[in-house]
Amino acid sequence: MGAELALLTDSLVRATPLIIAGLAVALAFRGGVFNIGAEGQLLAGAIAATAVSLAGAPVFGRAVVLIALIAASLAGALWAGIAAELRRRFHVLEIISTIMLNFIAIYFVSFLVRGPLQEPTHIYPQTESLDTVARLPVLLPETRLHFGFVLAVGLAVFLSWIFRRTAMGFRIRATGASPLVARMAGRIDVSRTSFLVFLFSGALAGIAGGIEVTGVTFALYENLSPGYGYTAIAVALIAGLNPLGVIASGIFFGVLETGAIALQREFGVPSSIASVIEAVFILAALTLTAVRGRQLLGRASAS
Amino acid sequence: MTVSNATDSALELREITKRFGSVIALDDVSLAVRHGRITALLGENGAGKTTLMRIAFGMIQPDAGWISVNGVRKKLASPSDAIAAGIGMVHQQFSLIPAMTVAENVALGGHGKYSAGQAVATLSEIAERTGLKLDPLARVADLGSADRQKLEILRTLAHDAKLIILDEPTAALTPKDVAELFRQLKSFVSGGGAVVLITHKLADAQEHADDVTVLRRGRVVLSARMSETTRDSLVEAMLGVSPDIESAESNRDFISAGPVASLEAVVLPDDPHRRPVDLQINAGEILGVAALDGAARSLLRALANRSPLLAGRIHLPSRIGFVPENRKDEALIADFSLSENLALANAGSLHGTIDWNAVREDTRRIISDFDVRTSSSEALPAQLSGGNQQRFVLGRELSGNPSMLVLENPTQGLDVNAAIFVHERLRQARNEGTAVVFYSSDLEELADLSDRVAVVTRTAVTLVSPDRDKIGQALLGTLEKDGS
Amino acid sequence: MSAFETFLEGAVRTATPLGFAALGETVAERSGVINIGLEGAIIAGAFGGFVAAGSGSVWLGFAGSMVAGILVAALFAIFAIRIRADQIITGTAISLLCLGLTATLYQQMYGATGAALSIPTMSAMELPLLSSIPLFGRALFAQPAIAYLLYIMIPLVWWWMYRTYEGLALRATGEDPRAAVAAGIPARKFQTMSVLFGGAMGGIAGGVLVIAQAGSFAEGISAGRGFIAIAIVVLGRWHPLGVAAAALIFGAASALQYFFQALGWPVPYQLFLALPYVLTLFGLAGIAGRAVAPAGLGRWPDQV
Repeated sequence: MGAELALLTDSLVRATPLIIAGLAVALAFRGGVFNIGAEGQLLAGAIAATAVSLAGAPVFGRAVVLIALIAASLAGALWAGIAAELRRRFHVLEIISTIMLNFIAIYFVSFLVRGPLQEPTHIYPQTESLDTVARLPVLLPETRLHFGFVLAVGLAVFLSWIFRRTAMGFRIRATGASPLVARMAGRIDVSRTSFLVFLFSGALAGIAGGIEVTGVTFALYENLSPGYGYTAIAVALIAGLNPLGVIASGIFFGVLETGAIALQREFGVPSSIASVIEAVFILAALTLTAVRGRQLLGRASAS
Repeated sequence: MTVSNATDSALELREITKRFGSVIALDDVSLAVRHGRITALLGENGAGKTTLMRIAFGMIQPDAGWISVNGVRKKLASPSDAIAAGIGMVHQQFSLIPAMTVAENVALGGHGKYSAGQAVATLSEIAERTGLKLDPLARVADLGSADRQKLEILRTLAHDAKLIILDEPTAALTPKDVAELFRQLKSFVSGGGAVVLITHKLADAQEHADDVTVLRRGRVVLSARMSETTRDSLVEAMLGVSPDIESAESNRDFISAGPVASLEAVVLPDDPHRRPVDLQINAGEILGVAALDGAARSLLRALANRSPLLAGRIHLPSRIGFVPENRKDEALIADFSLSENLALANAGSLHGTIDWNAVREDTRRIISDFDVRTSSSEALPAQLSGGNQQRFVLGRELSGNPSMLVLENPTQGLDVNAAIFVHERLRQARNEGTAVVFYSSDLEELADLSDRVAVVTRTAVTLVSPDRDKIGQALLGTLEKDGS
Repeated sequence: MSAFETFLEGAVRTATPLGFAALGETVAERSGVINIGLEGAIIAGAFGGFVAAGSGSVWLGFAGSMVAGILVAALFAIFAIRIRADQIITGTAISLLCLGLTATLYQQMYGATGAALSIPTMSAMELPLLSSIPLFGRALFAQPAIAYLLYIMIPLVWWWMYRTYEGLALRATGEDPRAAVAAGIPARKFQTMSVLFGGAMGGIAGGVLVIAQAGSFAEGISAGRGFIAIAIVVLGRWHPLGVAAAALIFGAASALQYFFQALGWPVPYQLFLALPYVLTLFGLAGIAGRAVAPAGLGRWPDQV
């Protein structure tokens, strides 16, 4: 019973950042923004959450978790904002700029954990561990399943509601489906809408990073993210960019990756097999929609 | 049906049928083109003329029927085959590459016969032969419409075309250029070449063509020597109705209230002459806009508040409806249902939540009011025919009770019934006080529907009464100063 | 060698794989296809070259790189050209696929056994007279032989693109596919061939990383070079010579760290690692590169 429970809860733990980052990607893609930078935005959020938690725990006590997550979302939005501004002002393809920013974020983390934020003994390339008061509460005792999972599901439900019921969500969908028609027929400020979508997408990815730090790793170090930001793309696409679907596909990938790690431990099958399966899924999804004749994103040629 | 004599037959298309999905574009169409003659292919928009010629040029394959070139049956699987068989095509939307030079554009389509450098030599040889001359190193982007068309013709000659197909060649030309064009074409056919002229301009066809074939709804309705036909017989063949049907509908009782929009010394973005425009739009009035080659596009879009101004002041009402020419790309989102497309109206200023039930109700109402043939409010635009799409878009734009409605070529590509319906609705809107502004490339439509007509030419914007001849003259710049 | 010469030599060395990838991508983009899967071609080429070089021959290794790159490009072509799926998503998916697949295969074939794999590496081949030229002689002409292949390819591609009919047809396809087809050009065939060429060059770029530089394979060794190459194409304005120059600039940016080290300036090394990516951002913000992209890049009109 213990082993199966651990596998299940570990899958959910793994699924948490995938769901939230998956939401970030789904939001962006729905709005016509190809945000491939969830990885870097996640790291930005992790950095902010770590810094705030370390500095703020003695001052704010339990409330520091909330503040850290807010800081994480702001940091993610800021990191995405760089690409968003480059897109808006210079028409830079966000696919490339966000990937560049991913790499820059990775090196930035490396610099921080070997430099200014390094733990006091200066031996290991990581920060101090977070005080227990700065950690997310655990949902199930004896497991790693933490409150972040609840937040993930909550965010998904919220985003789903936004798309289905609100005017803002409709504007986002219209902008993503056809910026030209959105502008002509809908009088929608496409530029502004895309920009905001980009920022909010970054904020979500930042939250994912903040939750990883406050719920799982309790410190910042290199390779904090085993490619969550990239897997999130698969998560979002397989879910058809539907926020509620992201919960399911996030859990699916969580199970896949946790299982793959277990497989490697037990049978020596390389864990990177999971990324292969993921990419095959994307290609399969692509084929299906291309054959059905509709673009996966319903995206007209961007202006 | 003219019988083709094997010795002078340049091109024969026989029993051609072509379907696009469930739409029959061409139904058992036969056409014979002879050397030494200009053949006009007449028909309304959507009659199938361009489709037929695309088949002749190898761009599309027919579902049934066969083709023979110079008496020999051939399969034209691609434009390469057609070019190799001596067929050249001058397209409606010019198929030149603006970023490249004249020589490079000529070299294209030569199948490696020569490179751009060698094209220069060929061009000078043709210039000597026919008098058609262009600077080989000029960039196409810098050329005007008449020169671009000249280039297209030069290109067909450079590839040894014996038969040239021209698709609506006079749409963008001044009368002087038109005369020059036909002079060149006549000299080409007198040298043994053949020309197919696709046009919906009756006058051009009558004046210059030797043979004529009329298509209507994908079928051949008339095929004869031009000398054996009359204007009325051609019009009847093209429209299928006697020419006077629309006049009975015109309702000239309108109440024109005050101005609803105005332009003062407005300079528009794509106007190379930067002339300031003054114009006033009144409520309860239909203003038709006539122009050559889309010169009115930015004017209408400025009125619809969808296009910026370079200078001047514009006063617009708060609620403006806009029906663009390109429904597919500018008015409807393909992946959205009709309800969602309806919600687009005013989406830019909506707040809070959307009550989708109410939206669906409104959609159903529009579907019934505007007689849109569709299965449900959740259908996708692609499942509707062009006419029904237009009805829906019109319904959507009118649903907000706009003070002004702006339309670009509102009945283009529509069947006759849909066109009549649209006209009725526009008159109805006008009678209810809405200001209607529409652009049309069809002089008949402008004359029938408008209360006033604004003619946009290179030099000025002139207001004339809705009389076909006056509009035509104003367009050509031959209208007397006093408007007579 | 002076610090400056070391710097130049490092610049050329870093620029070599970038140059291969960017040159190939230039041809592909000139035909109207933007191949984000270039990263996949590079990593596949790196792995393919690693495996093939295990046979003992460096040139066989490079052949393996090229084949791997072509296979990846073929996969991309099937989706993006044949099925007309979205080029951006397809390319991204293929890059992810290749990154994961090469990592998996490497672990499976070599990692588990723990054996330290060494393959024959290509060492520098000095060209007799040329390498004695002062200042840049060693930098340019004391490189591994594969670099000389790049030196030949650059003017060759340039000549082909601007002086032959096929090059004209390629450029026409990228500018206006409809006009190209109407002119009788088999647009799809051109696009497919140029994508395959881009894949081959990307594969060789990966081979350079492994066979002529690192000496062994590592997961993710491509490190985003495929995306940097795309930025180089923009900076170089889609022109073979411009792209070569831009690649050199990027190489120089990376090589700066040696310069600084030699001068003893204490700058954190991560800054230099990040520099090419930062430069890419600036480059894309397009210093005038934007305006001259092939007009049909990334799009495909319905009827064609």
